[in-house]
Amino acid sequence: MTSELDIFVGNTTLIDEDVYRLWLDGYSVTDAVALRVRSGILEQTGATAAVLQSDTMDHYRTFHMLERLLHAPPKLLHQLIFQIPPSRQALLIERYYAFDEAFVWEVLGKKLSKGTKKDLDDISTKTGITLKSCRRQFDNFKRVFKVVEEMRGSLVDNIQQHFLLSDRLARDYAAIVFFANNRFETGKKKLQYLSFGDFAFCAELMIQNGTLGAVDSQMDDMDMDLDKEFLQDMKELKVLAADKDLLDLHKSLVCTALLGKLGVFSEMEANFKNLSRGLVNVAAKLTHNKDVRDLFVDLVEKFVEPCRSDHWPLSDVRFFLNQYSASVHSLDGFRHQALWDRYMGTLRGCLLRLYHD
Amino acid sequence: MPGKLKVKIVAGRHLPVMDRASDLTDAFVEVKFGNTTFKTDVYLKSLNPQWNSEWFKFEVDDEDLQDEPLQITVLDHDTYSANDAIGKVYIDIDPLLYSEAATVISGWFPIYDTIHGIRGEINVVVKVDLFNDLNRFRQSSCGVKFFCTTSIPKCYRAVIIHGFVEELVVNEDPEYQWIDRIRTPRASNEARQRLISLMSGELQRKIGLKVLEMRGNAVVGYLQCFDLEGESGLVVRAIGTACTLDKLSSPAAFLPACNSPSKEMKEIPFNEDPNPNTHSSGPSTPLKNQTYSFSPSKSYSRQSSSSDTDLSLTPKTGMGSGSAGKEGGPFKALLRQQTQSALEQREFPFFTLTAFPPGFLVHVGGVVSARSVKLLDRIHNPAFVGIMGNTRSYKLLDWNSFNSDEPETRDAWWAEIRQEIKSHAKALGCHAVVGYSESTSICEEVCILSASGTAAVLNPRFLQDGTVEGCLEQRLEENLSTRCGFCHIPYDELNMPFPAHLTYCYNCRKQKVPDVLFTTIDLPTDATVIGKGCLIQARLCRLKKKAQAEANATAISNLLPFMEYEVHTQLMNKLKLKGMNALFGLRIQITVGENMLMGLASATGVYLAALPTPGGIQIAGKTPNDGSYEQHISHMQKKINDTIAKNKELYEINPPEISEEIIGSPIPEPRQRSRLLRSQSESSDEVTELDLSHGKKDAFVLEIDDTDAMEDVHSLLTDVPPPSGFYSCNTEIMPGINNWTSEIQMFTSVRVIRLSSLNLTNQALNKNFNDLCENLLKSLYFKLRSMIPCCLCHVNFTVSLPEDELIQVTVTAVAITFDKNQALQTTKTSVEKSLQRASTDNEELLQFPLELCSDSLPSHPFPPVKEHLESASSNSGIPAAQRAVTVEKASPVGDGNFRNRSAPPCANSTVGVVKMTPLSFIPGAKITKYLGIINMFFIRETTSLREEGGVSGFLHAFIAEVFAMVRAHVAALGGNAVVSYIMKQCVFMENPNKNQAQCLINVSGDAVVFVRESDLEVVSSQQPTTNCQSSCTEGEVTT
Repeated sequence: MTSELDIFVGNTTLIDEDVYRLWLDGYSVTDAVALRVRSGILEQTGATAAVLQSDTMDHYRTFHMLERLLHAPPKLLHQLIFQIPPSRQALLIERYYAFDEAFVWEVLGKKLSKGTKKDLDDISTKTGITLKSCRRQFDNFKRVFKVVEEMRGSLVDNIQQHFLLSDRLARDYAAIVFFANNRFETGKKKLQYLSFGDFAFCAELMIQNGTLGAVDSQMDDMDMDLDKEFLQDMKELKVLAADKDLLDLHKSLVCTALLGKLGVFSEMEANFKNLSRGLVNVAAKLTHNKDVRDLFVDLVEKFVEPCRSDHWPLSDVRFFLNQYSASVHSLDGFRHQALWDRYMGTLRGCLLRLYHD
Repeated sequence: MPGKLKVKIVAGRHLPVMDRASDLTDAFVEVKFGNTTFKTDVYLKSLNPQWNSEWFKFEVDDEDLQDEPLQITVLDHDTYSANDAIGKVYIDIDPLLYSEAATVISGWFPIYDTIHGIRGEINVVVKVDLFNDLNRFRQSSCGVKFFCTTSIPKCYRAVIIHGFVEELVVNEDPEYQWIDRIRTPRASNEARQRLISLMSGELQRKIGLKVLEMRGNAVVGYLQCFDLEGESGLVVRAIGTACTLDKLSSPAAFLPACNSPSKEMKEIPFNEDPNPNTHSSGPSTPLKNQTYSFSPSKSYSRQSSSSDTDLSLTPKTGMGSGSAGKEGGPFKALLRQQTQSALEQREFPFFTLTAFPPGFLVHVGGVVSARSVKLLDRIHNPAFVGIMGNTRSYKLLDWNSFNSDEPETRDAWWAEIRQEIKSHAKALGCHAVVGYSESTSICEEVCILSASGTAAVLNPRFLQDGTVEGCLEQRLEENLSTRCGFCHIPYDELNMPFPAHLTYCYNCRKQKVPDVLFTTIDLPTDATVIGKGCLIQARLCRLKKKAQAEANATAISNLLPFMEYEVHTQLMNKLKLKGMNALFGLRIQITVGENMLMGLASATGVYLAALPTPGGIQIAGKTPNDGSYEQHISHMQKKINDTIAKNKELYEINPPEISEEIIGSPIPEPRQRSRLLRSQSESSDEVTELDLSHGKKDAFVLEIDDTDAMEDVHSLLTDVPPPSGFYSCNTEIMPGINNWTSEIQMFTSVRVIRLSSLNLTNQALNKNFNDLCENLLKSLYFKLRSMIPCCLCHVNFTVSLPEDELIQVTVTAVAITFDKNQALQTTKTSVEKSLQRASTDNEELLQFPLELCSDSLPSHPFPPVKEHLESASSNSGIPAAQRAVTVEKASPVGDGNFRNRSAPPCANSTVGVVKMTPLSFIPGAKITKYLGIINMFFIRETTSLREEGGVSGFLHAFIAEVFAMVRAHVAALGGNAVVSYIMKQCVFMENPNKNQAQCLINVSGDAVVFVRESDLEVVSSQQPTTNCQSSCTEGEVTT
């Protein structure tokens, strides 16, 4: 006696969250059944392995049919074939677009093209995430990227509208898309201590301040590309490092203000010129794509690492950065105050986030 | 020109890409009704076209309105080659033809293609202007309401229940026409879908005419079935119960719903006048049923004569030929000749109802059933039209011409069977059959026709026009005063049709009751039940030699009585094993295959307080000398006794102890015995009676004399009870549970197993079949475990044998959760408390004296019609959910604080929820309006089975699509639920070698509007005046 056909169709589509997770994680039916057996479900429910097998197959089939709709979540809302309560629809979408931290680390800032897809095998072996799951996550990134790439308006809003993701997840995707578009280097050993959250945070700040959409909300252009003009203008900041008088003045202003307030005052005083030069040079170099890509490497190299080696506490870093950026207003010879504020506003946020062990 | 049909094509969405080059589609729509076709403009290069067409107007006869479906075809325009069809939508406009139901059909319909399935959706608005006077119908029967529900629909009251209506229509099956060899599968499927749609419409119209002739205005318990007879044609047949219904619209109904609706129902509509003074019968009068002053034949002769005159006014043949001529094309309706059958059909006092108004059902006799084996092979052997089961001889019927008389032949077949049922009922002292149903099983050229029902004595008050107070009123009183009346035997105790053992009723102690009661109806709402009920199934397979034509039919006829006997024995054993004494909703299905017969009986077992406690099961060995054998027997006996004890505990069966003295019976007879009267043939002298008693033993005895019997006993014990928290029944509601919550889940599950063909024995077959059913149930329990505590209601198993070694089981049921806290209370109750009326709470659910206009209600959990229209007519391609999201610009303020955004937009979906349930009610809600019958037939075929996920993937998708199409139609009618939903057919055929599969599905149900009880209370207290007005206007229409 062999089962030729075995199906269950409910008027309301049954979604088993546990099975959905297994499916998303890319397990085969056999593996999923084995995992479910191990979870002790048979003992709890008194079911047999055959029942479990049939149930798992059924859910997998349903998910497989839903997958097509999940690729364009608004379709899931408007389709008539599966009657799913809205809360469940949201769950399906949210989980489908969720990704593994380990995976996102591997592809963050990389070009989302076919070539990278071949590397999925390696990523799978490296991270222990099944190839199927890697593929889903990668395809999700790519799909979102493709849809919002040419779109005007807020990146996060666009993602949220077209993929119906939660606020949190939409922000994460915005970061991924932003990183992929600007190809920021994140894979360097120096950056290994950073989490995806750190990058996402920085990406958000940069989207808010560093892109075209950020300057003028009426002139809504892409949120994805950094404002070229802005980057070009930042060359002007170079004077802060190149002009020795300006640099000295800046240093004295900062030192006066922070005297007695900083635990690491002497270290700061000693390092000020190096740090300032580093930060200003990062800004001035951003006209070259290559240097844009290395932004995070540079920031860590030029600022985070020196401070960390001198054991600056985070509060001191904050004090310093606040004073460092504010003092520029008192520099009479410096004319690019607005530019400086825009740059430092973003940079201060990023650096504070990046500054940890 | 009595009607104008208006159709507007608004928009499409999610269309498939038809032009690979542009990844877009140039779609247009053809709207066809009858022979008239309109087209929309081509909407270029879009997957979401906005046609926004003018109103296409069709001026048509109302007869056509009833028969024809509206056919909407979506096509892709192609300049150089033929336009490609994307898919079709068939819309049955019948619901628009009676003024109480829907007024407009408007909404998104899935575009369906028989090869590709659903391909996008189309937004359509349909309206009908009827110009005619409702009373002048001849050819058409617009205005007659149809209900699948097998009880009086909730917002109506029965004035008169006229009785049985039936009709059948025969046509050639397009699949078997010569043209099918040259046309595409798609064309063939569409021809079939369209034909069946037409035939259903015609059938419904004809039934409607019969109802009008009987002066009724509705058909309740309407059941329409298809017989795919292959070469010999396609039969569409329907049965139902004609009624005169009145809309409930008394102002009193606007009192809060919880104010004892049961009392109201009894007083207002059914004005009973019990007269206890004339109570003349008691224990001393054993000849109970002879005191009734009417004989069955007499009471019905009245009606049949009146209907006879009605019929003579209407020349039916004329109408039939008219419709056939007008169709033209391939549709060639063959209409039955109206001869003697008009009178005959009125002579069938049958009712397809399974639940009745209080006081309607007086006594229940038992299950009556009849089966007949027929040969469909008319071409090769026209003289033999039928082989009658048990007579073992072929009967020549002298119908003259076979081609034109085919419907006549089918009619005659059914007439025979019905006659037999009637005579069985008479033998049980009953004048009527309730819970009546008919079915067929076809394999190649052999067809088994089956009919079954419950013999009953009814209160004639509901059956006749006007008041007939004269002769019978005073003798019905004792049944109305007690709740056990229906259990009392209707037949003459001294002249019993079969040996049965009677006791005095355990409830009233005055009347005789049988020891066990089998019925096909639902548990009467006023019945007293102890504990809970459970699903009981008997399963059986019998191998049969492959044979041709008559030899085959004879072989089947010979097997049938044995199958029936065994099914019955199994049912009886299992019932006893559960410690129960009555079966409700009994449905025995015999399926014929090439090399085997399958029997599946499902019923809900209960313990009726009025009936005696069932005896146990005793096992007796035939060879008492063997010591180890004895030991084995006693071991088995112990196991059985343990099981009974366990079941009694599980189902909370603790009847009050009654000493024999209290009963005071002069004949404390031993109790046992079965009482299912049935036969396989028309030969009334061969009525098979099953005396399963063995002497005067006080228990049911199983004799184990060979291994077969041993197997049987074993199989008895293999049925595992459902896991804790689960109950199941095949009736509407579970006796003993009455605190349902509103969470329901309707589902269909299909399984097909392939038997290993090597040396199949009956035992192996039985085991396979048994395992199949048990595993299926186990899977259901597992899948629905999140709903615990819950009950599977209306569990409906269907078995078919699509091929030699394949067994297909299809189950449709609804899982309903109930309140655990209250359930726990009932478990704790003492003996008295467990003696609860099965109805107490259910009655509130089942009978709504309330009539509210749905439009005035803010049914907020489900988007009301208006909202639906709104979203439908909005022409912007952006779904509402997205528009709702405010497009916020990124603020340049970059403090690193996250901006506040709205919650995920998934929260508001635009697709309204449509509930589906096989029950006639929705727990926790009131049905406020019936929108019309849903009767849909779909064919799906694939030539890329593997690519669609194999047979499971294919069927899973198809069933999901069928559900979607049903829901879409209901939503377009303005409804939010389908009640009395049934999947009548699911014929699945596969050819994995060719990578092909085909499936036919037929579903039906009643589209309704319901309102949550919680919402209802608020509304009725807030705006009673509005409701009153709207209900008054609605009430006037019923004439």
